[in-house]
Amino acid sequence: MATNTTTQTQDAKPPFPPFQGETFPSQIFWLVLCFVALYVLLSRVALPRLGGAIAARNAKIEGDLEAANRLRNESEAAQATYEKSLADARAKAQAVASETQAKAASEAEAQRKQLEDGLKAKLDAAEKQIASTKTAAMSNVRGIAVDTAGLIVERLTGKAPAKPSVERAVDAALH
Amino acid sequence: MAADPIAQFQIKKIVTLGHIGPYEIALTNSSLFMIGAVVVIVGFILLASSSRSLVPGRLQSVAEITYEFVAGTVRSTAGTEGMKFFPLVFSLFTFVLVLNMFGMIPGFFTVTSHIVITGVLALLVIFTVIIYGLYKNGFKFFKLFWPSGVPMFVMPMIVLIEILSFLSRPLSLSVRLFANMLAGHITIKVFASFIGLLATSLGVAGWALGILPFGMLVALTALDLLVAFLQAYVFAVLTCLYLNDAIHPGH
Repeated sequence: MATNTTTQTQDAKPPFPPFQGETFPSQIFWLVLCFVALYVLLSRVALPRLGGAIAARNAKIEGDLEAANRLRNESEAAQATYEKSLADARAKAQAVASETQAKAASEAEAQRKQLEDGLKAKLDAAEKQIASTKTAAMSNVRGIAVDTAGLIVERLTGKAPAKPSVERAVDAALH
Repeated sequence: MAADPIAQFQIKKIVTLGHIGPYEIALTNSSLFMIGAVVVIVGFILLASSSRSLVPGRLQSVAEITYEFVAGTVRSTAGTEGMKFFPLVFSLFTFVLVLNMFGMIPGFFTVTSHIVITGVLALLVIFTVIIYGLYKNGFKFFKLFWPSGVPMFVMPMIVLIEILSFLSRPLSLSVRLFANMLAGHITIKVFASFIGLLATSLGVAGWALGILPFGMLVALTALDLLVAFLQAYVFAVLTCLYLNDAIHPGH
């Protein structure tokens, strides 16, 4: 018991470990050594390596994004040219179509006119023929009327009238 | 014996290397963990960046996320000009983070639970700020203590406060990290010792009751893992913030 208390007082004698001054030089010595070593190794070797990897990745990502952007612009330009040529082709096709249509229409018109002219000529000839036939028929009617009128007068009066007077009378009656 | 919550912070000498003046320089458990941290950090990044593939693997992803995380922190707090301090901030962040995380492994020594370590790191930051600030801005660096747009009659007080706040920076920077790590580990140890204490004093009932401090222990371990990361991050962010003062003095 007595030895126990003496050892306890002996144990209690050294100060709290963090305040034991005799350990300070060793701690400072090793701290300086270790920290300088750490700083030099990190700043000269380790961090540049790690930072280099990060920078390389960032550069790669940036480059890739740039390339993707460029490709997108290129494809957009290509699409624009394609659309333009498509529109051109469409306009050209439309022009050709309308031209063809106009030509066809004018041709049809000319054909129709020609046909109409032919028909009209035929119609005129027919009308002329009808008129001449009618005149001929009418002159025949006069002859028959003169003869008939002479005969009727002969039967009624018993004597034949003079032909010129009958003709005059028929003409007067016909006109 | 194992119940002593501060035994874990004891520096154990492995071999005495020599003396610088009256001071003994020894290889200690603390030194081994610092060397381990350097090996782990540098080894990890070299291994992760060994393939340097365009599509990163898991290891490379983790390293790159850490890189981008620290770079983003530096850029957002100290601006693009602050990126020249990126290796320093990255070294500080990973060094503190790995040492803190080492401390979370049972049986491992927590280097950052020693005020002398956090103090030297904080002084490194502050001296970097002062030296770079003077080199870059010359006398204009002292505009840091001379805020614009303040009435002249309160200026002496403001300048005093600014100087005091500047001087307290290394103190707060170092004590914050040191105290967080120390307190977290002591609490874990205390709760862990409760389990043993209950078991030895109450027998079977003690073993059953031990579930309570054990639950606390699990929760505290999770919390301390968070603190271990957070304190490393806070250290890095504050470093950036102070460096920002050196790069852009005058509020």
